[in-house]
Amino acid sequence: MSITADDISRAAIGARTAPSMRRSFTESRNLRSFLLTAFVWILAIIAAIPLFSVLYMLISQGGARLSLDLFTELPPAGFMQGGGFGNAIIGTLVMVGIGALIAIPVGVMGGVYLGAIAPDSKLSAGIRFVAKVLTGFPSILVGIFIFGLLVQAMGTFSALAGGVALAMGMLSTVMLTSEQAIRMVPQRMKDAATGIGCTSTQTVWKVVLPTALPGILTGVMLGIASAAGESAPLLFTALFSSFWLESLVEPTASLSILIYNFSGMPFPNQIQLAWSASLVLVLIVLVFNILSRLFGSRKV
Amino acid sequence: MSVNLSTPATTAAAVNPQYAISASIDKIFYGDFLAVRDAVIGVEKGKITGFIGPSGCGKSTVLRSLNRMNDLIPIFRLEGRVDFMGQDIYAKDIDPVSVRRHIGMVFQQPNPFSMSIFENVAFGLRLNRFKGNMHEQVERSLRRAGLWNEVKDKLKQNGLALSGGQQQRLCIARAIAIEPTVLLMDEPCSALDPIATRIVEELMLELKNDYSVAIVTHNMQQAQRVADITAFFSVDVSKGGRTGYLVEKGPTAEVFGNPREQLTREYVSGQFS
Repeated sequence: MSITADDISRAAIGARTAPSMRRSFTESRNLRSFLLTAFVWILAIIAAIPLFSVLYMLISQGGARLSLDLFTELPPAGFMQGGGFGNAIIGTLVMVGIGALIAIPVGVMGGVYLGAIAPDSKLSAGIRFVAKVLTGFPSILVGIFIFGLLVQAMGTFSALAGGVALAMGMLSTVMLTSEQAIRMVPQRMKDAATGIGCTSTQTVWKVVLPTALPGILTGVMLGIASAAGESAPLLFTALFSSFWLESLVEPTASLSILIYNFSGMPFPNQIQLAWSASLVLVLIVLVFNILSRLFGSRKV
Repeated sequence: MSVNLSTPATTAAAVNPQYAISASIDKIFYGDFLAVRDAVIGVEKGKITGFIGPSGCGKSTVLRSLNRMNDLIPIFRLEGRVDFMGQDIYAKDIDPVSVRRHIGMVFQQPNPFSMSIFENVAFGLRLNRFKGNMHEQVERSLRRAGLWNEVKDKLKQNGLALSGGQQQRLCIARAIAIEPTVLLMDEPCSALDPIATRIVEELMLELKNDYSVAIVTHNMQQAQRVADITAFFSVDVSKGGRTGYLVEKGPTAEVFGNPREQLTREYVSGQFS
């Protein structure tokens, strides 16, 4: 449809007839709009295919073997039937726990410094830059670094070294999301705290941190979720073990390394276990992801 | 010191004991920018002092310098004195935190904390290690803020779930819970609807029995309704700057009915652009 000289000439309001406003696909703008919407919709579906096909594969391949034994028994040796990966689940949880114990206090306090204490200082700019670099740092190098720092010094692979390696991966996530959450606290809340007689420290502890807590927890949960799935940092630090965890300074099993080891073995039983371990690992990661969504959706 | 001597009523502020706060501000700078000059102004005990004037005239800046809120802005600098009960609050040995505990503030945007209604009011009390009956004091503050009947059954609910007008009264309850001497209100009704505005105005008239109140307002009807004393600020744009200064100050009826300055007359009659 176009506006003709005729339309303009009868601009007098009384002379106007009701225009056609019906939706019509013969109009090219409507057709173009429909095609573009369909195109975007199809691409969005394609983007979701990998995730759902991985999930489908894990459930169909690993779900069959799911039983309580998986959680209570040790990994079997070659040619042996049955068995489980209870030690690997514990190992993963313990090492993620050690990592969280290091990364959460350091990361959250770092976030407080960046977001509330000295947002504009040169030191903050430097820390922020380094943290961003660390976010994209190859995790295998983190493993090798901790190998040189701890494993060689202590003379043994250990859960401790594994936990420290995971902490390095979590740290930047926790710190940067904490900073974001702290910066999101409205200035008027800080004004209110100052106005009622808070020192700057009290403002941070009593008002800013509690208000930013949901956002901080989101970052913590995301950090934990990604650490639980890591394998490269553990390869050179925790190694693996076929036995129950008895001390933090001995080689320690983890789900991701178990998957790596067993999937390459020529024994069907071990390959089956690798599938089940994959499913369990994804479920653990999923739980922390869902937790992060729950914390994040809580109203400030 | 270049006090504007054309307003003799204001110079009395510096010596008169009827003032809770008497300020003689020579200059306020933000960095190199001269934001305010020549503001000799007081907050009279048991009265409401209204600050009016066009945008950018420095009335909020002056108000926020009366309890050192402007200290949060690193480039802020004040030349002059602000006396509170005989002490210069800008003296070197004064702790700005304790200044703010005696000179409370209510802000333009209602800003309750993200915590329960009860905890919002109890917050300042806990901060001051209040030893008395917490529940009683919270109730008394909410009653005085005219909010008790509306919230007494939902004290555990988050303060941010209240309506805007209720939030502002909660902020007033929070401010008066710690028994300040002076209450500074920075356009407390500009984010509220007319009904909530009227409620807060009535509240102010009651509060002046116990507190000395200073209020910044854009609304000249509001100043006439609540203020006993009105201070009119204007902007000086000569010399390429934008510097606020006090034009005149006096009883509200006089400032609006029979102002001494031509500038005031133009502003209160709506001729000011």
